[in-house]
Amino acid sequence: MNANIYKHEFRTRLKSVVIWSLAVTALLVFYFSFFSVFADQAALMNEMLAKFPPEMRAAFGLDKMDLATVLGFYSFIFLFVQLCLAIQAGNYGFGLVSIEEGELTADFLLSKPVSRTQVLTSKLLAALTSLTITNLVVWVSSFAAITLFRGEHEYEPRTLLLLLLSIVIFQLFFLSVGLVISLLVKRVRSVTPYALGLGFGSYVLSAFSGVLGDVTLELLTPFKHLDAAYIVKHGAHNTPLVLLNVAVTLVSLAVSYWLYIRRDIPAVS
Amino acid sequence: MSIIEVSNLTKYYGKARGIVDVSFSEEEGEIFGFIGPNGAGKSTTIRLLLSLIHPTSGSAKVFGKDVVAHGPEIRRDIGYLPSEVYYYEGMKVIDLLKYSASFYEGDFTKRMQELSETMELEMNRRISDLSYGNKKKVGIVQGLLHSPKLLFLDEPTAGLDPLMQRKFFNLIREENARGVTVFFSSHILGEVQRLCTRVGIIREGRIVEISNIRALQQNNYKKVRVTAEGLTSAPFDLPGLTNVQTENGTVNFFFKGDINAVLQKISGIQVTDVTIEEPTLEEIFMHYYE
Repeated sequence: MNANIYKHEFRTRLKSVVIWSLAVTALLVFYFSFFSVFADQAALMNEMLAKFPPEMRAAFGLDKMDLATVLGFYSFIFLFVQLCLAIQAGNYGFGLVSIEEGELTADFLLSKPVSRTQVLTSKLLAALTSLTITNLVVWVSSFAAITLFRGEHEYEPRTLLLLLLSIVIFQLFFLSVGLVISLLVKRVRSVTPYALGLGFGSYVLSAFSGVLGDVTLELLTPFKHLDAAYIVKHGAHNTPLVLLNVAVTLVSLAVSYWLYIRRDIPAVS
Repeated sequence: MSIIEVSNLTKYYGKARGIVDVSFSEEEGEIFGFIGPNGAGKSTTIRLLLSLIHPTSGSAKVFGKDVVAHGPEIRRDIGYLPSEVYYYEGMKVIDLLKYSASFYEGDFTKRMQELSETMELEMNRRISDLSYGNKKKVGIVQGLLHSPKLLFLDEPTAGLDPLMQRKFFNLIREENARGVTVFFSSHILGEVQRLCTRVGIIREGRIVEISNIRALQQNNYKKVRVTAEGLTSAPFDLPGLTNVQTENGTVNFFFKGDINAVLQKISGIQVTDVTIEEPTLEEIFMHYYE
């Protein structure tokens, strides 16, 4: 780890962290403010939802959620929070070394007396710090939104903790998978399309898996590995899927180090 | 002691050639010129020595240590000015220089000031607002500020005006006088001639000649011009003759070998004019290109 690189990397991402954190907070608080309306008219709401095609309800996981409860409603919003976090983490992952190479500043950094391992570790830790800030903001705004708008309705704080604890695993997945893909393809010209592709792709897979009830698709997407509806329904994580998720993250990280240490830094040609 | 020792270094980018079987060495305190046309493999060689890229085969040592195994350690004493300068666009010059200095042990504030004054670099401007020449100056200050023992200059003068070039050359000479070894890559022969003691010529990825710059000019080739009425190149059927051009009774050629052989031939002709001179590096260079 090199403190200079860490600081530099962290500073470059600071603005982005603030924007993402504000966006996620706005999303959470705004949507959760409708909770009391939903909860008060639960019967009506469920009746209306029942009229929706079952495939559609399955795609959003609504078949497993009870929007009339605090956490049922929260887990519906949490899905969109996850989508935002996936895109953010994917963005940082894809950009971790590729932005530097694309803007050709990698020559500057790597001609300094630092090893590739130090560079990558510092960059990863800086990105993780940035993601953790957003993570903490989600924690705070979740508690705030629930406290503000839950009214008389009770909820199980332990389950909420399980949901919130899943965020860091979720972020690390997209960070490291983004990184390893960026190192596997020859050159990443623009980071955003990749991050959006990975984020939305995983989300769509998860929706399909809901519609089709397909078990193999479940294995592929972190939206199912850390499915909010599942956690709320069972009051626990789906342990095998979480372990699978962590394993993918670890393998991606290991492969990333292996590739980065051997990588030829592209030059202008 | 050899500062740089390259043996049979080869680099392929997939199937594309980088450099092939390059071997040379540079002694401490030398200014070694590395000349070749664009795409010959000059930057590839430097990037291999900095371990920005990894060799396909062969090996290289800097300060007696293998570049692949001891990269970070070696780079502590290296200054690098790339041919194309790219820095973090959002940063100010001063912040970039501080960031650069933070990688080395010691306090370089004073030297940073001195170098920036010499190169007339404004430290408070943003990198994105700088012209190419000014970015190059950032590169120069950045490469020199930690007083490296070995300097890699990859086409350093591109973008600098003649006045700045002179200042830059003076700076490099000063550094060299302090014992700094310089590896100077360029395709501009004049500047290599002004600065370097030894040169390596690289062409299509292979070293074609390594020689003392004096030796290259004096011992190897003579540029001969003979004018006589109705003269053709026929009398000069000697081995070692190249670049023969005949025009209106004037014969121009390069000669490598014992100059007496040419003189004997000339003495047999009723000449109107004879010149024998050292070719410029440019002419030697073109000769290697062809």
